[in-house]
Amino acid sequence: MDPLILSRIQFAMTSMFHYLYPPLSIGISLYLVFIEGMYLKTKDPLYLQMTKFWVKVFGLTFALGVATGLVQVFNFGTNWADYSRYVGDVFGSALGAEGIFAFFLEAGFFGLVLFGWNRVSPKVHYFATICVAIGAHFSAVWIVVANSWMQTPQGFKIVGTGAKTKAVVTNFWEMIFNPSSMDRLVHVLLGCWLTGLFLIISISAFYMLKNRHRDFAKKSMKVALALSCFVLILQLISADSTARGVAQNQPSKLAAMEGVYQTKKSTPMTLIGWVDRKSETVKGIKIPGLLSFFVYRNFTTPVEGFDNIPKDERPPIQPVFQAYHMMIYMWSAMVLGAFVGFFLLWRKKLEKSKWVLRFLIISVIFPQVANMSGWMTAEIGRQPWVVWKLLRTANGVSPNLVNSQVLGSLIMLFSIYVSLLLTFLFLLDRKIKQGPEEQKEVPLAYSKKLGAKG
Amino acid sequence: MTLAYVWYFVVLLAIICYAMLDGFDLGVGVLHLFARNDEERRIFLNSIGPVWDGNEVWLVIVGGTLFAGFPDVFATIFSSFYIPTMILLMGLIYRAVSIEFRSKETSTRWRQNWDIIFALGSFVIAFGVGVLLGNLVDGIPLDAEYNFVGSFWTFVKPFDLLVGVMTVALFAMHGAIYLVMKTEGELHDRIRTWVPRCIASFLILYIVVTLITLYRKPYMVDNMRDHPALFLIPLGTLVSILFVPYLMSKKRDGWAFLASCLSIALLISLVAAGTFPYIVRSSIDPQNNSLLISNSSASLLTLKILMIIVAIGVPLVLAYGFYIYRVFRGKVKLDESSY
Repeated sequence: MDPLILSRIQFAMTSMFHYLYPPLSIGISLYLVFIEGMYLKTKDPLYLQMTKFWVKVFGLTFALGVATGLVQVFNFGTNWADYSRYVGDVFGSALGAEGIFAFFLEAGFFGLVLFGWNRVSPKVHYFATICVAIGAHFSAVWIVVANSWMQTPQGFKIVGTGAKTKAVVTNFWEMIFNPSSMDRLVHVLLGCWLTGLFLIISISAFYMLKNRHRDFAKKSMKVALALSCFVLILQLISADSTARGVAQNQPSKLAAMEGVYQTKKSTPMTLIGWVDRKSETVKGIKIPGLLSFFVYRNFTTPVEGFDNIPKDERPPIQPVFQAYHMMIYMWSAMVLGAFVGFFLLWRKKLEKSKWVLRFLIISVIFPQVANMSGWMTAEIGRQPWVVWKLLRTANGVSPNLVNSQVLGSLIMLFSIYVSLLLTFLFLLDRKIKQGPEEQKEVPLAYSKKLGAKG
Repeated sequence: MTLAYVWYFVVLLAIICYAMLDGFDLGVGVLHLFARNDEERRIFLNSIGPVWDGNEVWLVIVGGTLFAGFPDVFATIFSSFYIPTMILLMGLIYRAVSIEFRSKETSTRWRQNWDIIFALGSFVIAFGVGVLLGNLVDGIPLDAEYNFVGSFWTFVKPFDLLVGVMTVALFAMHGAIYLVMKTEGELHDRIRTWVPRCIASFLILYIVVTLITLYRKPYMVDNMRDHPALFLIPLGTLVSILFVPYLMSKKRDGWAFLASCLSIALLISLVAAGTFPYIVRSSIDPQNNSLLISNSSASLLTLKILMIIVAIGVPLVLAYGFYIYRVFRGKVKLDESSY
């Protein structure tokens, strides 16, 4: 193994571990805005109890998101120096904006949300919660925009030659609103909301099954299930739009996602399958013409296959194909859980449907797997480019890396991340088993202010 | 490109903010194990609880402003400092999570382990930042493509280690003053006695480092020789440091903390005044292989965009930063939402 492959493994590994946490933070932050708002509106102490419980969970995911996110920023410099030199002019401004507009908002006001219960009025506290949510969402905006620029670069020019070649911004707004950024941003944010919602669904299902914190669980479940049914439908629309964008802008990625080797009329869609690289075919269940329909809205127009793409510009097909399909399976599983759960809740049968509750408990991993496989599709599907048609991944790596050092850092980071994940799961498990604290009385200072001002 | 020089000062300002703010919570971390029992340690943690993550964002800002404004510097520094960066990152990760994890469990062993990790993480970060600074003063071996051609041992020369220890002492002093402001009773009186010791250790190290710099790195005073007004910076550093014990003895703790902030700001300005306009000095061929402000900055348009982002963003950041510090002013009181 050389520094290139080790650096790629390291970046993939740290990104995947990092991406366990921010979607939870983003999803939960929005939920907090909702339930704390409900508390201010109804004064029902149950909502305050829910808010306080989820603030603590948010704190855990946020700390881990920050800790693992720092690694991401500096990884660009350590392992991808030539990439940083090449894209710094473009990528850097988005990253700078992320820091100033998003991280400060989130980190600054989170202190207030966590510790400010007795120090500020309820309205100010709620304002802080909203700021945290906005900050969390902003952080997704800038990083997805930056990543989308790598997929569909626009608003730049190339200057310099040889090792000093780089991309330079010519139009900021064209760069921000590049062809894929809005589609992908919506897709990512909906994914984040689902991640948060399904954690809530899972925990509520656990309480229902154990017959604990009944009011808390039922109320949480109702809100989360209703929202997730809605978001899942939105996600379908977003997915369609995103995939059609890929077909237009990155045909080789779409060919890999759907396993299209030959460009031919009525391109079929494979529901489940395995790519056979030797015979250049995909074995599995296919529906003729469906892919043509999804991409072009008619059943005949051919979708571009690998045969139109030079051999050295093709991404690895099997992982992209499987990851993409995994994402769809996960979406289907979420749809099943959310709609069945919502139906049973509506018929007041959910609490007795033990198997459905068990399914909902494990459903917490579906959006996580969907997130991971979605990003794998996006990033492996972009190969061999790190910046589409401009810079190959192999040319972005730091030139002065020492093999043993990268191997060392990879092992170190991997062990840290595994231990952090285990600790996170341990603490989350404890937090869930402990449950929300009964909010018999609202904190004195808080209620006084609420009475005086609310 | 004058804008590149303006941006250089923006990055410098971000570094100063980082050092002044994260400096005190790193200092609290360095001193953490000197607290005697669980309650005292919780007071330490909760004194920085609401603000530490906001402070740490300044490090991301330093990284971001560098990446955006001086991509070549960002790429060169972090790929050269590969192992030190990884060690620093390890410290940052563990420190961040230890604050959050520590008080989530009541068992003594759990808490003791995270206490040690928290203190060690804080130490590693303070020390690492110092070593990085020392190396930037020293210069690192860069070839004509601005690629690093040294090894790990390049970074751990005695001078750099000394600057590392000095930074730890500086942050410990800063953190101790902060704790004096945030505590009361017997703990308060005890921490007050730590401050003079921290100041003394810092001053001794500072003088030694200064002497070595003057003797071994004459280029660090070139700028001052050309512009004698710059001599006000080292003078100001010394005066503000000496003001700290004076103000402490008058029980003007808040003012002492500000004096400590000022001395950190001046100290970093001093390094910049010595190295300007070099950002990363090549020890092989300073004339041709170094990264200067003029040969490593981003395009004019990007710098303009960045200036707009900063012009909108920084006033906001400062406004709510001040507000949050105001909300949490005063002594630490433990309650049910504390760590």
